[in-house]
Amino acid sequence: MNLLIVLIPVALGLGALGLGAFIWSLKSGQYDDLEGAAERILSDDGEEP
Amino acid sequence: MNCCGADGMADEIAGKSAAAGRLKLREEQLLLAAHRTGDGMLQSDFLVPGMHCVGCMTKIEKRLNALPFVDRARANLSTRRVSVCWNGENGSAVDIDQAITDAGYEHAPFDLAALAENDGESTGRRLLTSLAVAGFAAANIMLLSISVWAGADPATAQLFHLISGVIAIPAVAYAGQPFFRSAIAALKRGGLNMDVPISLAVLLALSMSLYESLTGGQEAYFDACVTLLFFLLIGRTLDHTMREKARGAVTRLMGFAARGAALLQPDGAVHFVPISEIGPGAHILVAAGERVPVDAIVVSGASDLDRSLVTGESETVPIGKGAEIEAGTLNLTGPVEIEAVRTAEKSFLSEIIQMMEAAENGKAGYVRIADRMAAIYAPAVHILAALAFAGWLIATGDWHQAIYTAIAVLIITCPCALGLAVPVVHVVGANRLFRDGIMIKDGAAFEKLAEVTRVVFDKTGTLTLGRPEVVRVDGNAAAFAGLIRTLAARSHHPAAAAIAKLDTIAGTVLAETESVAELPGFGVQAISGGKRVRLGRPEWVLEISGGGKKTQINSNSVTAFAVQGALPILFELTDALRPDALEAVTALKKSGLQCEILSGDAPGPVADAASRLGISDARPGLVPKDKIARLKELQSKGEKVLMAGDGLNDAPSLAAAHVSMAPASASDVGRLAADLVFTRESLSAVPLARDVAIKAGRLVRQNFALAIFYNCIAIPLAMAGFVTPLFAAIAMSTSSIAVVSNSMRLGLMRSGAGSNPGYETRAAPDLSQESAGHGREAAA
Repeated sequence: MNLLIVLIPVALGLGALGLGAFIWSLKSGQYDDLEGAAERILSDDGEEP
Repeated sequence: MNCCGADGMADEIAGKSAAAGRLKLREEQLLLAAHRTGDGMLQSDFLVPGMHCVGCMTKIEKRLNALPFVDRARANLSTRRVSVCWNGENGSAVDIDQAITDAGYEHAPFDLAALAENDGESTGRRLLTSLAVAGFAAANIMLLSISVWAGADPATAQLFHLISGVIAIPAVAYAGQPFFRSAIAALKRGGLNMDVPISLAVLLALSMSLYESLTGGQEAYFDACVTLLFFLLIGRTLDHTMREKARGAVTRLMGFAARGAALLQPDGAVHFVPISEIGPGAHILVAAGERVPVDAIVVSGASDLDRSLVTGESETVPIGKGAEIEAGTLNLTGPVEIEAVRTAEKSFLSEIIQMMEAAENGKAGYVRIADRMAAIYAPAVHILAALAFAGWLIATGDWHQAIYTAIAVLIITCPCALGLAVPVVHVVGANRLFRDGIMIKDGAAFEKLAEVTRVVFDKTGTLTLGRPEVVRVDGNAAAFAGLIRTLAARSHHPAAAAIAKLDTIAGTVLAETESVAELPGFGVQAISGGKRVRLGRPEWVLEISGGGKKTQINSNSVTAFAVQGALPILFELTDALRPDALEAVTALKKSGLQCEILSGDAPGPVADAASRLGISDARPGLVPKDKIARLKELQSKGEKVLMAGDGLNDAPSLAAAHVSMAPASASDVGRLAADLVFTRESLSAVPLARDVAIKAGRLVRQNFALAIFYNCIAIPLAMAGFVTPLFAAIAMSTSSIAVVSNSMRLGLMRSGAGSNPGYETRAAPDLSQESAGHGREAAA
């Protein structure tokens, strides 16, 4: 029971972290151009954004 | 990694903008479309439809970033757009324009704000965020619930229920909003939709579980509330993404239209002004190759006018001083100065838009299959829950037990599978059509397309490509190939382009000529080896030729070529049928549909096209009003009409028909009015779309059957009081997964397989080749 008091907040905290990260990535426009992102990985240019 | 060379087009654009005056106009046009960002920079957006791969993206970005005044340039491949942030004080928009041109891409500026697209994007984001919140809550609550179902001791179980509640309440409050809003809207109208039982079940389950947890009860449905929302939000998000994708693709096709015009000021200066600032009496310059912005009268200059998008006439019309011209027609051969007679809002175009609105208002509201289903399902569920409540209250007298069972019925019947049944099929179907270059605007079009009993085609631009093709050459064209090519290259006239494409002429060495000039309304003239040569209208060419007379067969138009004193060469041109037009019409007829042509063109070409396609019912010379009247007549006979058309003159009938299709080459208004837009030249898009729609309809019905089957088992159990939260979680997930997997089958189906074997054998090889070609293109 004592263990749960630590584990549950940890589990929920990690989940919330994941949710927060997703919402941040959505807001920062990382899903705006999925096709482009898939293609850009093929570019040889290191300095390209 | 360069898959797309648009060099020819780039040359043409470069050539067009060579004159300094045009550059200034272009600058004004570009600045008109740009907007200011927060940090004092200017942002210009360009549509670049030719951008296909990373090579194109980096090429454009590098060129733009190399400009000293450009802060950042970013290409977006999904939307085929390039966004440039630049310093307006020490740079010019024309340089940006030129950089994209130099990279070899056709492009058009567009005003991001004018599209009002940010609205749609934020809805998509909101749905995705809701989905993420519901997913987070569902996963965590499910973890806690599993330990409760596995047999946690009562104190732990209650703690877990309370934690679940703390997660579920904000999650439902946030992620449930799309459903609550829609349910409230439906109730306000006095109707029921699927969202009413959904909202009711979620809210009741939430409050009951909260009560149970606080009073030390053993069962809570927190997991059911949030998983329900999670599944349903998947359906919503997919639905939204599909519509956004189609809309984005359609707006991508727009933007090449003139949003402004070159206004000639009284002092002789020329400025590019927005179209809304043009009033009657304004003098406007229209260059060759531009569309006429408003209804006007020609003041000076002469040219040929392509009216096919406006009237459906395939033949070009010569215009001169005093001629009245409509907005939307294409000026082909020479620059003209025109005087506006009406504002843009009152031009021919707006008349069409008014007719479209009238046609849409007159159309009986189509009720989607999911809503028809909801109209039966929602009351049935509510009655069953009420019956369960009353039955248990009478049988046991236990209020708590009666309420508990009634809520269990509501949860178990919550139309999770029903909510997914339609959108998943439609998204899979839309993606299937997308692979073949067909964009469908919303799911309702699938349902309507499957009901069609008659197909009505427009001729020019729909059954045909809307550009002429040489069908017969009278004379020895090969002997003068170089000379003909030189003259033909000079003109914007579609007939010249068709002649230049002939096998005997394309690729030959250009001949030495002097003083090449295009005489609008007549043709092109030059001096070669001291003799005059002409390519153009037969009467005019025959003036210089030695003998020969104009011979015309059928209704085809004739273009002539002659060297002074020599025998003329006659090119007979006709509006070429779309590839696969005959196959498509045959396939449609085989599957039991009536085909009909409604055209604005002259009787000759219409009858010719009809006989080549084997369509017996063809009506020529129709104006938009006649077309609508014919559609109304058919509809009053109970026919469900699929209208395929492209022109401005078709737009009202596209809006009036049960369901409509337009090619990507259609007028903006036509494309917006149509439910489906096909981007490939082949007309096989029409039977293919219908085929997929029929299959989609079948899968939707299967999904409903699955969902009802599930309910037939689950409802008696729930009413008998056997349902536990564990049972609810398993039953609901299983039914949803069954429905989704069944829907996925639509994507696996090969094109042409299924309902009509005649179409299968004929068109399947073509289509598979086409999609294979598309695959290669994507892989390149």
